[in-house]
Amino acid sequence: MATALQQITLRRLAIVTVAVMGAGYALAFLYAPQDATEGFAQKIFYLHVPLAIVSLLGFIVAGIHAIRHLRSGDPKHDARSYVSIHISVILGLAVLLTGAIWAKSQWGVWWEWREPTLVSFLIVFLLYATYYPLRYAIEDRDRQARYASVFAITAGAFVPLNFLAVRLAQPYIHPRTFSSSGGLPGEMLLAFLVCLAGMALLWLTLVWFELDAKAASANLGRIRRALEAS
Amino acid sequence: MTPFTAILRKDLRVELRTLRSLPAMALFAVTAFVIFRFGLDRTSLDGELAAGVLVPTLLFAALLAINRLFVAEREEGGFELIRLAPIDRTVLFAAKASALVIYLVVLELIAVPIFALFFLDTASGLVPFALVLVLADIGLAATGTVISTIATMSSARDLLAPLILLPLLVPLVIAAAGAGEHLLSAGGPDYGGFGKWLGLLGLYDLVFLLVGYATFDFLLED
Repeated sequence: MATALQQITLRRLAIVTVAVMGAGYALAFLYAPQDATEGFAQKIFYLHVPLAIVSLLGFIVAGIHAIRHLRSGDPKHDARSYVSIHISVILGLAVLLTGAIWAKSQWGVWWEWREPTLVSFLIVFLLYATYYPLRYAIEDRDRQARYASVFAITAGAFVPLNFLAVRLAQPYIHPRTFSSSGGLPGEMLLAFLVCLAGMALLWLTLVWFELDAKAASANLGRIRRALEAS
Repeated sequence: MTPFTAILRKDLRVELRTLRSLPAMALFAVTAFVIFRFGLDRTSLDGELAAGVLVPTLLFAALLAINRLFVAEREEGGFELIRLAPIDRTVLFAAKASALVIYLVVLELIAVPIFALFFLDTASGLVPFALVLVLADIGLAATGTVISTIATMSSARDLLAPLILLPLLVPLVIAAAGAGEHLLSAGGPDYGGFGKWLGLLGLYDLVFLLVGYATFDFLLED
């Protein structure tokens, strides 16, 4: 019953995600005005920025789950932390790719080392990429979960510090989305916020799906072992 | 004697008797300077190039010692004994991190003068730069102790610590190199942005000392 209920809510969540993302990108392409200086290429902003924000928030969420895991010792929280990082790393890869495409169209280069937002995101991405070798290098289940949680907390604290450090080091040319001077016009902001909500829902759907898939395969393994034993 | 001083003294005495880490670190740093001297084909460095040679070399030399920090402890069963002892486990974190700070300070006392001899025209910037290095050492010791514990307990051992530490230490490298760029400039030290970098180093140290203090207990449980 409980799993049946979960199936329905995951399905509903997926439908809502598709609807919100569809609405967001429809707004972005049809309703939001064309950018005066950047033209059509600016539309990638509605993909790139939500991806980046959601992926970084996902890392922070993973850190919070990790704190819960260390406090309670419940493997459920470790699984959530693991899957949060996993999905955020995948979105992070998409951030780097869309960022490179945008940089090419706007600045004429695929990568700009003087740009702190790009460089700090790359460092965060590289750090979280080491989460996988860390997990697979520890065989004992409990210890693996505990150490992965300590890593998730350390790396979660690192994310804001790293952005501060890289930003202090370099002058910016990256567009500031929410700067004090004006910011986005209303139509663009609305489209952006809907896209951001859609991306957050997508992250949640993927995390939920992955957790369900993991639980299902664990169950399957248990049943198979029980069948073989009998 | 408190448990803290006992563990710290034990670590320092082991290092003094075996000389397992410090000579290797110093030798590594000096060899790297020699390679830079040939590689860059320059007899004097200043500004960002000086900071860019000195700071990463010290970082890589430090990674050598961080790996060794817990290896003996694990191989000789020190962890089990500390777990059995009726002491707070965070004492071990404090003692190991302090030992690492001492190693790093000794390394810098050897390597930085040699760097100055090889490359610097004026050494006056090294006095304020020492403060930057000490703050960076504390941060390095805090993250290094946590990550080294994780790495020592895993099957990948020596591979894992540098892999995780390099990105994690980037803010320290940025701050130390950023401050060094101005302090080691050719016309004597320039204090542009000095306070900003010290602030960043202090914040990094504070955050990761707290993280280490809060999480270290979970790394020793069995």
